[in-house]
Amino acid sequence: MKASDLPMGAVSRAGGSRADPRRGVVASLRRIRALIRRHAYLLLKSWPRLVSMMYYPTVTMVLWAFVTIYLAPTNRFLTDAPGFFIGAVLLWDVLFRGQLGVSLTFIEEVYARNLGNLFVSPLRLHEFIAGQLIMSVLRTLIGVGGACLFAWLLFRYSIFTMGLPLVAFFTCLLAFGWAIGLAVSAMILRYGLGAEELAWAAIFLVAPVSGVYYPIAVLPPALQAISWALPPAYVFEGMRAVLLQQTFRVDYFRNALLLDAAYVAAGAAIFAVAVHSARKRGTLLQMGE
Amino acid sequence: MAVTHAIAVNDLAKRFGKIEAVRGVTFEVRAGTTTALLGGNGAGKTTTLSMLLGVLLPTAGSIHVLGCDMLRERHRVLPRMNFTSPYVDLPKRLTVRENLRVFADLYGIERPAFRIGELAAELDLSDLLKRPYGQLSAGQRTRVSLAKSLLNRPEALLLDEPTASLDPDIGDRMRSYLEDYQRRSGCTMLLASHNMNEVERMCSDVIMLRAGSVVDQGSPGELIARYGRETMEEVFLDIARGVDEPAEKVVS
Repeated sequence: MKASDLPMGAVSRAGGSRADPRRGVVASLRRIRALIRRHAYLLLKSWPRLVSMMYYPTVTMVLWAFVTIYLAPTNRFLTDAPGFFIGAVLLWDVLFRGQLGVSLTFIEEVYARNLGNLFVSPLRLHEFIAGQLIMSVLRTLIGVGGACLFAWLLFRYSIFTMGLPLVAFFTCLLAFGWAIGLAVSAMILRYGLGAEELAWAAIFLVAPVSGVYYPIAVLPPALQAISWALPPAYVFEGMRAVLLQQTFRVDYFRNALLLDAAYVAAGAAIFAVAVHSARKRGTLLQMGE
Repeated sequence: MAVTHAIAVNDLAKRFGKIEAVRGVTFEVRAGTTTALLGGNGAGKTTTLSMLLGVLLPTAGSIHVLGCDMLRERHRVLPRMNFTSPYVDLPKRLTVRENLRVFADLYGIERPAFRIGELAAELDLSDLLKRPYGQLSAGQRTRVSLAKSLLNRPEALLLDEPTASLDPDIGDRMRSYLEDYQRRSGCTMLLASHNMNEVERMCSDVIMLRAGSVVDQGSPGELIARYGRETMEEVFLDIARGVDEPAEKVVS
């Protein structure tokens, strides 16, 4: 008998679908996959969402591409590194999209009033965080990937000409985006959707000291000290070294990775504290629009 | 040692600042039975259920569910329990099938498509599986939420007003379904409800809360006799309005 043949009100006697007895890594991966599935369902059925993810990175890339075209004939710097601004804006968007990927994935759950269901399921906190981070990677690849495609189609610029260092830059910026995204998620959990604006604005606090479009050396000494405490400074200085001197600065990469490890750990810890606080205040079941 | 009480709550307290939402609550729920947690608005039912689920940390006291300490090892027991509550929702843009599939994965259900089909048939959801959850009526959402709570065939099920938005016909069928499920599975249910007919029909034990404290408990028959009333509705009104001196005590 098919399940659909059963009359309403009759509990099926067919066995089979018991809770999976597997423990450990396999069960954990399955729960993380469930979170990915949940957000993939949402993304794949909404082309406006997909377009909006690519829209902003593409528009800013186009703006900087035209600035480059305008300045290049009279600017030796841009003659030496014609893809500088486009590369910088695309990498900046890796950071921005990486952070938004974490924050918006969390905000989706808050809007859906689904946090209670998730935190009462067997899902562990580290699995929830892992799901957010993986969604961040996917959202970043879609958003920035789209902009990269348009950069090539419209301006014949390929960010992949940076070669393997691009992987290092991408990894370091994404990880710092995760750290800020987790901290923003913690703020939303603590202060409610009133703090949602942080998801869009928080990253711009570090923009002036990240050295995206100019060397850290142009900043006042106090700001330089702040810059060198943040991974993006090493990434964008490293990008300039690749574009202008064709050199990959391993020391920059190492410093960025170490700082990223500390910031991601701090972001995860802040989020864990916020969840613990929400469990004390009883807001996990009540958060929503 | 065999666990005879599926749920054991001891001296449970929850304080929000100066407000004592729950104080000194102690009760046990026998395995395989349905117990009602009753009380007026603000009596502490949802707060107590939230602590039982582990999404709210108590200020004091202990909670054991299926033999596990919920404060220390909740993740050992969460795969074996589930809940439904009007305070949570499911993602509205996902279809019913997608929502159930996500939770089937979260609970590690083998053959999830079969289990979803099974529950859809049992809860009359088959025609709704392809519809976005946000487009369903309140009653349909309640049934989907109930399906979600049964995906993992829970051994302990916490139900916060499970039939509140259902019409009498569907509500009656849901109650029959839950009774049937319990008979077959031996599931322990803790039910918070304002429907006293439902409580009389489904529950072997009742715990009455007022202002965060347990003010009385017993079977519906015992409580009705003790208060000299004819229905649980009248007992509830007596207790909720503070007329909680049982008739048998007054007589004695």
